[in-house]
Amino acid sequence: MKTTDTPPPADPVEDHPRVTKTQAAPEKAKNGEGGVLNVFSHGILVIWAIMVVLPLLWAVMTSFKDDNSIFSSPWSLPDKLHFENWSRAWSQAHMNDYFGNTLIVVGFSLAGTLVLGSMAAYVLARFDFPGNRFIYFLFVGGMSFPIMLALVPLFYVLNNMQLLNTLPGLILVYIAYSLPFTVFFLTSFFRTLPTSIAEAAFVDGASHTRTFFQIMLPMAKPGLVSVGIFNFLGQWNQYMLPTVLNTDPDKKVLSQGLVELATSQGYKGDWSGLFAGLVMAMLPVLAAYIVFQRQVVQGLTAGALK
Amino acid sequence: MQHGKYRFIGGFLVTPLVLYAVFVIWPFIQAIYYSFTDWTGLSPDFKMVGFANYTRMLDDDVFWKSLQHSLLFALLLPLVTLGLALFFAFMLNVGGRRRKGAAITGVRGSGFYKIAYFFPQVLSIAIVALLFRFAYNPNDGVLNGTLTAIGLGSVQPDWLGDPNLALWCVMAVLLWSTVGFFVVLFSAGMASIPMDFYEAALLDGANRFTTFFRITLPLLWDTVQSGWVYMGILALGAEAFAAVQIMTVGPGGPDYSTTVLPLYVYQSAFRDANAAYATTIGVALLIVTLLFAAIVMRLGRRERLEF
Repeated sequence: MKTTDTPPPADPVEDHPRVTKTQAAPEKAKNGEGGVLNVFSHGILVIWAIMVVLPLLWAVMTSFKDDNSIFSSPWSLPDKLHFENWSRAWSQAHMNDYFGNTLIVVGFSLAGTLVLGSMAAYVLARFDFPGNRFIYFLFVGGMSFPIMLALVPLFYVLNNMQLLNTLPGLILVYIAYSLPFTVFFLTSFFRTLPTSIAEAAFVDGASHTRTFFQIMLPMAKPGLVSVGIFNFLGQWNQYMLPTVLNTDPDKKVLSQGLVELATSQGYKGDWSGLFAGLVMAMLPVLAAYIVFQRQVVQGLTAGALK
Repeated sequence: MQHGKYRFIGGFLVTPLVLYAVFVIWPFIQAIYYSFTDWTGLSPDFKMVGFANYTRMLDDDVFWKSLQHSLLFALLLPLVTLGLALFFAFMLNVGGRRRKGAAITGVRGSGFYKIAYFFPQVLSIAIVALLFRFAYNPNDGVLNGTLTAIGLGSVQPDWLGDPNLALWCVMAVLLWSTVGFFVVLFSAGMASIPMDFYEAALLDGANRFTTFFRITLPLLWDTVQSGWVYMGILALGAEAFAAVQIMTVGPGGPDYSTTVLPLYVYQSAFRDANAAYATTIGVALLIVTLLFAAIVMRLGRRERLEF
């Protein structure tokens, strides 16, 4: 760290040539941090916050309006809460089906990803055997490959296995494509856990399998939560895989169904129903984020920080 | 710990490995193989054609347009996103007025900003793209509505319909949805920089500008670099695909003005029934992605600072 070549200024105000108000406000000048700069930087922060929140508020507001006022006055509050938009979207526009499909797919995928990912990661992290490094890099290498390249042959692989346009097919694919990151993350996590407890359990006569499920897995809970949240959001929000592999209208997942809805409803002109569907799909994750904010942020950033 | 060790290892590895091999590895190998054939995807018959797909690709205007747009997504978009995120993160963590007790603080309300900025990150890119498709709608979208409301009724851009504007509109949406993630990521990185460094700098009279470029950025460089790779891979792949496919009309925007490589792979395979050619473009996408990651890693290499 070299800080010595910055000249030590006698007067803190000199350091802020743009800051002029500090002279007028002596107590700020004493702090050396100026008013104008602060107003400026704070202003930008506020503007970005507005830019992030406003589109979401607009969507929520619009979902309660009738079709006419959506276009005539986009920023006005709804005259009354048109809940019928929501019920129309829920049942007639098949949002209930999309939700159901997504819950099934994500539920099984997430469970499968965590079980299989932690099994592979545990073995790769704690045991020496020929091929260990090779298998590890085989898994981890999958993180940097563009999925689009594999999707074309994958379509025909699933087709041959009679799994195209089925929920089990989608579940297996989700698990397979979640494994690289999950194995990568959990391998480094298992390496940090102490070996002595597992060895003690093994000496006491527990099998390897039992040691894993009863000792190691509970100890790995923080890591499982992080990687679980990461995978949950990724799988819940997945768009590319279902678009290619799941074109049966009855089996569409949420993101895919919404896009489909936007295209078909757009012709019918049911904008309010569409916004109701959109908000319906947004709200569960937004609510979950607000409640589990700390865990979500940790889960999502844990991987990128490595 | 030798008893039954190999049986245990085998038992634990076989299912994940088989799944991974069948659905990930095998399709990748097949994809490279198919790029040397004339397979349409419709019939099981195909024959080897050597490099014919590759020469065709080099003469294909749409391919070059897609490549150009994808490169723009991978280079310019992370630059703006990470720059903005660094600025925000610095403001939120270090930029605050000095208050009693702590030498270094964020601006007031930084906790709230961090929560709010992260919002778009938890939303599906499909939902975000749809939301902005409505906002950009030239006739009844909220953007043009707002322009009218503030007296700029004569300025009514066709946003996503304008070939000169559409790509920038898509990039703006990706920017909108990812900045918050990097703000939080960089904030976490900045929190781990020891306070003494800042205190020493302040004693030496460094201002915020100097502090950022002499202390924060160098110590954060590893995070910035991996963030760049992460963002670039997203922008070359799934995120860009979803945003362009959902937001822009027709075959990747008016006159292919927004098409990107993953979208072109998708269209060649499933719209034009040209599976072999699609995998060829996919191989190009793979090469671009790997080159991108290698170059960023290489350029960003500098002495690691321990603290």
